[in-house]
Amino acid sequence: MSVEIPKEKWPGAVREVTLGASHGAGTRAATVTVGGETTLPFLHFEGVMPHRPVVAAEVADAYPADWSPELLTTLGEAAHDPAAWASSVVEQGADLIALKLRSCHPERGDTSASDAVRVVDRVLAAVGVPLIVYGPGVADKDNEVLVAVAEATKGECICLANCEDKNYRTIVAAALGNGHVVAAFSPIDVNLAKQLNILISDMGLPLERVLMDPNTGALGYGIEYTYSVMERLRLATLMGDSMTQQPMICNVGEESWRQKESRVPEGVPAEWGEFATRGVLWETITATTVLESGADIVVLRHPRSIEQVQKSIADLMTPPGAAVAAASPSGPATATAS
Amino acid sequence: MALTGLEIYKLLPKTNCKECGFPTCLAFAMKLAQKGTELDKCPYVTDETRAALDAASAPPVKLVTVGAGERAFSVGNETVLFRHEKTFFNQPGLGVRLTDDDPDLAAHAAAVAGYTVERVGMMLSLDFIALENTSRDAATFARAAAATAAAADVPLVLLCEDAAAMGAALAEVAPARPLLHAATAANWQAMAALAVQHGCPLAIRSDGGDLEALAQLSENARGAGVEDLVLDPGTRRLGDSLAAFTQLRRLALKKSFRPFGFPLIAFAGGETVADQTVLAAQAVAKYAGLVVLDHGNAEGVYPLIALRQNIYTDPQKPIQVEPGLYQIGAPGADSPLLITTNFSLTYFSVSGEVEGSGAPAWLLVADADGQSVLTSWAAGKFDAEKIAKTVKESGVADKLTHKKLVIPGHVASLSGETEEELPGWQIMVGPREAVDIPSYLKTVWQSA
Repeated sequence: MSVEIPKEKWPGAVREVTLGASHGAGTRAATVTVGGETTLPFLHFEGVMPHRPVVAAEVADAYPADWSPELLTTLGEAAHDPAAWASSVVEQGADLIALKLRSCHPERGDTSASDAVRVVDRVLAAVGVPLIVYGPGVADKDNEVLVAVAEATKGECICLANCEDKNYRTIVAAALGNGHVVAAFSPIDVNLAKQLNILISDMGLPLERVLMDPNTGALGYGIEYTYSVMERLRLATLMGDSMTQQPMICNVGEESWRQKESRVPEGVPAEWGEFATRGVLWETITATTVLESGADIVVLRHPRSIEQVQKSIADLMTPPGAAVAAASPSGPATATAS
Repeated sequence: MALTGLEIYKLLPKTNCKECGFPTCLAFAMKLAQKGTELDKCPYVTDETRAALDAASAPPVKLVTVGAGERAFSVGNETVLFRHEKTFFNQPGLGVRLTDDDPDLAAHAAAVAGYTVERVGMMLSLDFIALENTSRDAATFARAAAATAAAADVPLVLLCEDAAAMGAALAEVAPARPLLHAATAANWQAMAALAVQHGCPLAIRSDGGDLEALAQLSENARGAGVEDLVLDPGTRRLGDSLAAFTQLRRLALKKSFRPFGFPLIAFAGGETVADQTVLAAQAVAKYAGLVVLDHGNAEGVYPLIALRQNIYTDPQKPIQVEPGLYQIGAPGADSPLLITTNFSLTYFSVSGEVEGSGAPAWLLVADADGQSVLTSWAAGKFDAEKIAKTVKESGVADKLTHKKLVIPGHVASLSGETEEELPGWQIMVGPREAVDIPSYLKTVWQSA
């Protein structure tokens, strides 16, 4: 019996954004390009997905003593040294490094902008993959630290995060002047995401240098809001709404590892199951769920999650009927070797 | 397929009597087509019209019930591809595959049926056992089906392609209305006959995402008189399944393609619990009506139960709790007072931790439109004024010998303003995450 597969003819597409600079423009061994989709995630029968989604591994600038015991046990000694930490997670399959400048936070050490620049330089020297750099999340300090980092890494095309409503002018100016990308963060709202893209674009930063972060709710803690906002953003993208066409980045590790399920080994119901795997799965399922609603970059913490998510992406990128290639973390789909 | 306004108009009395509240029958028909009113508003509607409209409004994905008795569950009746368009209605059943040659079958079955976990005030469970005829022996399968049904009160899915073995098992458990899996191109006549004879739902299976073969099987089975079908396109990995399940749901909803107007079943196997959980999570979000797991490990099941609850929450109605003053344990006049918002998840996270701390406490829940602390704060629904108003209206001051209020760490910036709104009160900043409340109560509160 013949069946006609319904296919949508979408007028719009996700913009392509490239992170990192190589070939002498910057020091990266390879750049990473995301975006370009002309259909909903992984629907290869309908459109193209020219770049596979990628995994950024989260690295903290100082030992994250407040993280889940499962993460600290697994990361071990490397967690004391951001450069060693970054090298090891790249070996484990990360496509990018998301460096979090946590110790600049006024309540977590209040380290200076020049301290931040030193850490960024060390991580850049330790790995060949592109970098995303997160400020401490306090507007004033973000501005101070990220501007210094942007100037010190001029031309490296790092991604400055977060760029939000309250600080976008400073962050966008720093990206404009130094050849960087920004991650535009908005709180789970289609219109706010769109509005921020407009404001950033009005300042003259090409939209080929803007990622959007729709704010990630973890599994069990609001993932459904993120999921639906991302689906709505992606549908708007495909319908041709120019100011929603940015690739999306989701901070999955931070959100999923701060929940009780992934942080508390004892004194929880037996029905939650074994602690270490539960935490990894909490992160993995949060990641695959946002990937299937449109994420282009997921930021993860646990090496086992990174491995599992890379494996899932390889499967999802394989068109029906074809054999799945082994997960290739730095595979040819996205990375352009210099 | 839904009727247009004009088609409905032709079925109405056309008297323009206005008793329905609309000026003309045509206006009423137009409103009916948009589902903006109900047919019962017309006092003169005929049974014939009612039947025609009912048939036309048949759901694009049929509601299929698996099992009988208290734990029977129904899947289908879905109307949208994306949950934000309306909502997903009937959450998928989650079940575990057991084998008929398992020496500990009864114990394993009882464990699946007995798995229950509390989340956001709701008791959540696994829904079925899929029993596979691994032995390839009819008598063994029949004995195992009977033993499973005796040990577990959940519905069964019988996995068996040999009609003789299926018939033997049905002789034992047919009244429990198991789902039969599967009718294939090779055995569909015999399987369809069993489904009709015993009044059981029937799963049809093609291989490797072959939708044309699946549509043919659907036509065949329906032609043989089976009304309740479940579709299995035979895909077993992420990419294949996502494509096939999306195509099946689209064909059912957008094209009203009747052969595919039924719930879908997904098999989430895989070597590891992690592989399985990723596959099953995709099935939960992307259109499955039943998800069969190979591993029943709690650490793999629990995230799926959480995801299912999230995805099937009505986007228009976030789960809320009543605002007001709650007692955790038996708080006294010197017990701590904490405030949070009435988003269900927020309330249960906070109350669970306070309870776990062992220290009785007063928990004040502000009306923040069912939003979390951060979301409602960002929306201006949980500010100093709201906090002060909640404290005053609760009358909690009369129950306490102290005047200390712990606010969530995420709204630390409100502490000064709240002290101004609540003269005489000391505003203390609690932790950002509920999970840190027990240590906060032991240390900061104790020394305050």
